[in-house]
Amino acid sequence: MSEPKLPLWEVFIRSRTGLAHKHAGSLHAADATMALQNARDVYTRRGEGTSIWVVPSSAIVASDPGDKDVLFEPTASKIYRHPTFYEVPDEVGHM
Amino acid sequence: MYTQALNAKDDAPRTAGIEEPEKGARFQARVDAEDKVEPNDWMPEAYRRTLVRQISQHAHSEIVGMLPEGNWITRAPSLKRKAALLAKVQDEGGHGLYLYAAAETLGVSREELIDQLLTAKAKYSSIFNYPTLTWADIGAIGWLVDGAAIMNQIPLCRCSFGPYARAMIRICKEESFHQRQGYEIMLTLSRGTPEQKAMAQDALNRWWWPCLMMFGPPDSQSQHSDQSTRWKIKRFSNDELRQKFVDATVPQGHFLGLTFPDPELKLNEATGHWEFGEIDWEEFRQVVAGNGPCNRQRLQQRRKAHEEGAWVREAAVAFAEKRARRADARQEAA
Repeated sequence: MSEPKLPLWEVFIRSRTGLAHKHAGSLHAADATMALQNARDVYTRRGEGTSIWVVPSSAIVASDPGDKDVLFEPTASKIYRHPTFYEVPDEVGHM
Repeated sequence: MYTQALNAKDDAPRTAGIEEPEKGARFQARVDAEDKVEPNDWMPEAYRRTLVRQISQHAHSEIVGMLPEGNWITRAPSLKRKAALLAKVQDEGGHGLYLYAAAETLGVSREELIDQLLTAKAKYSSIFNYPTLTWADIGAIGWLVDGAAIMNQIPLCRCSFGPYARAMIRICKEESFHQRQGYEIMLTLSRGTPEQKAMAQDALNRWWWPCLMMFGPPDSQSQHSDQSTRWKIKRFSNDELRQKFVDATVPQGHFLGLTFPDPELKLNEATGHWEFGEIDWEEFRQVVAGNGPCNRQRLQQRRKAHEEGAWVREAAVAFAEKRARRADARQEAA
């Protein structure tokens, strides 16, 4: 098949105002306008969204899952970043 | 099921022994611990290949599945029924697209997948090779075919491969509308004139056995089940899912006042299961092999749609390229 390939886009949908856009899936489209229209038809047929972002998949930079131990190692040892690390006497009540 | 041709032999080379065994063991341990596998994670080649085949067959089934139902859109008996059927067929198209996208995360391109379908290298579910002769068939498909699909798809929501599981969650949510839409058509016909009820009965008679075949060959003959179960791609065996479907569906059919085309169908009081007669596996083999009533027509229709849409895809790409060139030129001028 000698047909030109349609680029891949990632679709993010905001389900309600006040919430963040969340990854919903991906689709193929020639340009941004077509990607938005396709995203509406493929991912919001039942009122799932109030706003859509489409991003060329090639523009996304991702960390390598293979590096996750190294990448996230610094956080593992810092338990003092969590509120439960600190002791507050019961008498003080909710804090 | 929608991927029943997986039960056929896989002719790709066996690479299992070549890969580092410790990686394989670590992978299996992750799967055993119900950890989800994501596209960039290491996975055995056979796992990847099995998933590409299964997910793409599933996607092809959704796409080809639009054809038997699409056959009745222009002839639906009312505007309400027409709108609902149109929405359902559109959903099937959407399901195909979610699934193609999930398969693509495994490193296969959309174009390759479509090419495999159009050249008949890839299979789709045997059920879509049966014709939709009357409006009652639309009811029977929603109630029985989608009902059988749901039985199979709910456990797939917990499949070990993340993108497939996520696609299945979306699909299952939408699929329950399909089954209810179909059952309501059957209910309306069953409560209608004697001719309408006879039409519903005729549809049930024709779709019942092919629906039982959707779950694939009996466990004693299924070749891929064991490995797929170990990898947590498959959670229940063909026979287990088939029995669940029969148990759920028979009382629904009796509520309609219809009978099932199986003289051996009877409730086993001791087990609580409905026992059913022998399935004609030769018919199943013939349909999977391409000799069903509509195999040729379905592929011809898909090819025609693909060819007639080619200019749209070419024009869209040409337009996008032109716009990009002009934007570049404007930037250079500025």
